[in-house]
Amino acid sequence: MIRFEHVSKRYGDSLVLDDLNLEIATGEFTVLIGPSGCGKTTTLKTINRLIEPDKGKIFIDDQDTSQIDKVKLRRSIGYVIQQIGLFPNMTVEQNISVVPKLLNYDKARCNEIVRELLALVNMPYEEYAHKYPSEMSGGQQQRIGVLRALAASPPIVLMDEPFGALDPMTRRILQDEVSKLQKKLNKTIVFVTHDMDEALNMADKIIFMNKGKIVQMAAPEEMLENPADDLIRSFMGKHSIDNESLPQTAADFMRSDIYSCYRNRGVREAIQQMARRKVDTLLVKNLDETYAGTVSIKNIRNHGKDMKTIEPLITQENAVSYVDEDAQVCFDKLLNGQDSYVVVLNHDQTIAGIVTKTSMAKSLADAVWGDSQ
Amino acid sequence: MSHFIALYGKRLSSAIITHFWYVVISITIAFIIAFILGILLSRMPRRANLILPVISVFQTIPGIVFIGLLFLYNGMVPSTVVIALTIYAIFPILKNTYVGIINVSEDFKEAAKGCGMSPFQILMKVEVPLALPSIITGLRISTVYTVSWAVLAAMIGLGGLGELIYAGVSSNNNTLIIAGAIPAAIMALLFSLAIDLLRKALIPKQLRRDNK
Repeated sequence: MIRFEHVSKRYGDSLVLDDLNLEIATGEFTVLIGPSGCGKTTTLKTINRLIEPDKGKIFIDDQDTSQIDKVKLRRSIGYVIQQIGLFPNMTVEQNISVVPKLLNYDKARCNEIVRELLALVNMPYEEYAHKYPSEMSGGQQQRIGVLRALAASPPIVLMDEPFGALDPMTRRILQDEVSKLQKKLNKTIVFVTHDMDEALNMADKIIFMNKGKIVQMAAPEEMLENPADDLIRSFMGKHSIDNESLPQTAADFMRSDIYSCYRNRGVREAIQQMARRKVDTLLVKNLDETYAGTVSIKNIRNHGKDMKTIEPLITQENAVSYVDEDAQVCFDKLLNGQDSYVVVLNHDQTIAGIVTKTSMAKSLADAVWGDSQ
Repeated sequence: MSHFIALYGKRLSSAIITHFWYVVISITIAFIIAFILGILLSRMPRRANLILPVISVFQTIPGIVFIGLLFLYNGMVPSTVVIALTIYAIFPILKNTYVGIINVSEDFKEAAKGCGMSPFQILMKVEVPLALPSIITGLRISTVYTVSWAVLAAMIGLGGLGELIYAGVSSNNNTLIIAGAIPAAIMALLFSLAIDLLRKALIPKQLRRDNK
């Protein structure tokens, strides 16, 4: 467990960490996120004492880190930085075994560690161990960066925007790999990023910081549901389930490619239309194009055999909404009623479209995944 | 040719050997001093920015003046030559060591620190290896210059290939001048080649590409 107690850090006039208190549980994947200059990287670096706080204490498993020798402390904590962090003068094998060598592991054991770790990310030892960083892609380099941090089996691993320089594809793959590794090896990981996608994808707990303070500390789900303030909401961007700003109306979700027929049409014709379009109700309009009601196949079967026109079979029981009605109200009508759709009318009573459960599902998908066209 | 060797062979070979040792000894001492001094200066870049220009001023004193002055104080002994050559050889190595180390990216140093290296380990495992291309370039410059400066040893009667050259100049004997100059040129070339081999042995080829 990592515990911050009243940690403050000041650079000149600016307070980078402002009386920070937090706890990171063992085995938890914690992501620090926030705008640049919010203190997230500083927070990370105070854990392995690359930065010393002015005030306050940090405990790892109830041991005050300021009482532990800096160099020793760092050897017991994994550290990954942006891809530049691999030593270009060392091969993959040498890079991975940096910390084990500092800890005086013997050669055979270092080699064993390198083999094991490379196998973990499916990079064959024979092919990669003797390569130099410059001979590998950014993604491969950063895999090695992660392995180097894991080499001496530290219980805690710190990662400072490790995938910031990678393309989105590689980034995603590495995020998944690191998540898997973390679960498998049960590490406590503290991860700094400014990318909410990354945070949501990986974190057990997200700590959102601004101006040296924690704004919100919550699981991804909870942060999505209840962002503590507008800044977090803006960071969530397309992810947030946003029900305050931008009220959406029924018109935003309706289908307008609908079928309707006039009220003086024959029963047979109506049946044919339903069959052709594979629907079980028809929207019916008056001769002046205004909405008249609906007619269902059930009604026709029960009563309509002898009728000439559909006129007597029209009902007006189907839920109705107007184009500018709040989408939520419209969805409520759909969910609470028996009908499979809500008819949406223009203000002149003409038919504008219908809202179905499918359109509702799409709107939810949009809110969660963004505007996937 | 055989006539020349019969006449000057002994003199030539002893001149080459003396010249060679002047260079090797001076460069070795200069390298040790420059390397240590370069590292020390890299620990205090602010002061280095004042110290380096002062040292570079010494470089502008003509060798002939310097060796002459040293001769007056130290007398006609080989150490006079070695001291003079060493002092001249220090600066290029010192400057390249300093610049090479200073230019090692902060990211590497921080990664090393984050891995739990002590400052000395960071220096020896990261900073010096990454500065090595620059350091070796400095070594080559110094060595090639020292081969030519060592000619001045003859000016105070202390041998080396300069002896043949001076003798040739004063007796108007072109053969002698060439007999001194050509071995000196070849020696500079061979030293340069040797340093190239050293470079290849010390620096992985993946690092050589971007650092000539």
